[in-house]
Amino acid sequence: MSDLTKLGVKAIRDGVVAGDFTAREVAEGFNAAVAAASELNAFIVTTPDHALAAADAADKARAEGRQLGPMAGVPIGMKDLFATHGVQTTAASHILEGFNPQYESTVSQNLWDAGAGMLGKLNLDQFAMGSSNETSYFGNVASPWRKAGTNAAMSPGGSSGGSSSSVAARIAPAATGTDTGGSIRQPAAFTGICGIKPTYGRCSRWGVVAFASSLDQAGPMARSVEDCAIMLGAMAGFDPKDATSLQMDVPDWEAALSADLTGKKVGIPKEYRMEGTDQAILDSWEQGKAWLKDAGAEIVDISLPHTKYALPAYYIIAPAEASSNLARYDGVRYGLRDLPEGAGLQDMYAATRAEGFGDEVKRRILIGTYVLSAGFYDAYYNQAQKVRALVARDFENAWSQCDVILAPTTPTASFPLGSLNDDPLTMYLNDVFAVPASLAGLPAMSVPAMLNEDGLPLGLQLVGKPFDEQGVLNAGLAIQQRSGFDHAPEKWW
Amino acid sequence: MSVDKHTVAKIAGLARIEMGDEELERMVPELNNILNWVEQLGEVDVEGVEPMSAVIPNTLRLRDDEIDADPKTAGGRRDDVLANAPAAEYGFFGVPKVIE
Repeated sequence: MSDLTKLGVKAIRDGVVAGDFTAREVAEGFNAAVAAASELNAFIVTTPDHALAAADAADKARAEGRQLGPMAGVPIGMKDLFATHGVQTTAASHILEGFNPQYESTVSQNLWDAGAGMLGKLNLDQFAMGSSNETSYFGNVASPWRKAGTNAAMSPGGSSGGSSSSVAARIAPAATGTDTGGSIRQPAAFTGICGIKPTYGRCSRWGVVAFASSLDQAGPMARSVEDCAIMLGAMAGFDPKDATSLQMDVPDWEAALSADLTGKKVGIPKEYRMEGTDQAILDSWEQGKAWLKDAGAEIVDISLPHTKYALPAYYIIAPAEASSNLARYDGVRYGLRDLPEGAGLQDMYAATRAEGFGDEVKRRILIGTYVLSAGFYDAYYNQAQKVRALVARDFENAWSQCDVILAPTTPTASFPLGSLNDDPLTMYLNDVFAVPASLAGLPAMSVPAMLNEDGLPLGLQLVGKPFDEQGVLNAGLAIQQRSGFDHAPEKWW
Repeated sequence: MSVDKHTVAKIAGLARIEMGDEELERMVPELNNILNWVEQLGEVDVEGVEPMSAVIPNTLRLRDDEIDADPKTAGGRRDDVLANAPAAEYGFFGVPKVIE
């Protein structure tokens, strides 16, 4: 039954409901595919029994004539940033190696309640800090895609690189991701899949290892817009345990999907036409405009004047929040402890953190500590928070002219692992188009558009008004229907 | 503004991350590259702009005044709290001696 692994969320759920196959067959197929794909290094731990148990529960519910949940019988990958009860949760760090949560994150619990099962915990950039999945303590994740004519391992993007790699490789029908400054959208673009970051506050952050709390948002990654709509509906919802959780009803995004954009205005921000962007990316953007026009939308030029400053503001705000959030790793309450002979408490903290954090994490903690320190707080942190307000205001102004914004997701296609390691700044530039929507807390999605001349996927990004995930999904659906993108990487693993 | 090795050592001390000479020296140009790049934010006219700390308008809620309303975040879970501690003894977190 290996062809069941070709199916996405909707097809699996509907097939299980209709009795075309059992959820157990699906889970067994994906468990086998995961086990055979260790070369991708997409998973840190696998949990085949979890997937089987959820499948059996779905099959039993069906046999008893009970109503099945929206994710019934769908085995998914869980980014290893979500606390999962009794299953190691590391954030791809050494400092949390062996950490065994005594509770379940709200988002993962919501997914299990909707009938999903877990194939395993997915690799990522350490503490979600990275854009290429090369900062994980558990090794790089390889993209299933390769540049035509080469065998070099390519980046699946980051930080949700295990998620993007596994979904593109068809070893998982869908996966959770988290997006702080592009960590769902950039990996989705690099691997030819869809991913949506909802409005800040839609998905609970309770039980998600914190990176930058004012930016962190969970979202689904899958191979179609419909699958993203279904899974986002299962993940989202008010949670009293998260002080920033939105106390709003979750719309039925799946039911309201419509690719008819008649009467909708699509904004094209001129500032996203940046130097250093691949010509193929600019071409795909033009194509995207044509597709949305064909779907009935009107294309309007807009301006987001502070776009250029979003990325540097992000690289002050995110490290500042991270330096504060990561202060909790002290070798006392959980995780690694390094206690050198004769060391006192302060020495133990410093030794533990030196041993437990990777280079990129240390770099960001130092930047964050510096910009928050006395004497520099105003010049850096406060200034960045003001620029953030201006970036958000740009979007607010744009909404008087358009309903949704179309832009590229990334300035380039995927690159070979190891090729951008020399300079952190070059790596940061990957997220130049993704970060503005993060700073403004807006729903944003990447959908695949086409392959470039190297045979690598390119993504298009849609950014919506606050709470208008539907508008983003609908525009994404219009692109999906016109691109007809169904390319899959050739299996080499 | 730029940092030297002495400043990086001070920041690393504040952040409680032990760093040897070699690592400190490696960090200096890396951090300076990033700091020089974020310097461009100084060009932006922010006259009269309030710093933004919350992106989506939201009000802070008060929970019901009820003890242990949610068992997941309630008390009485000492063993769960200690389950992942690298050194837990007698129902407490163990740390090196802190008072002489």
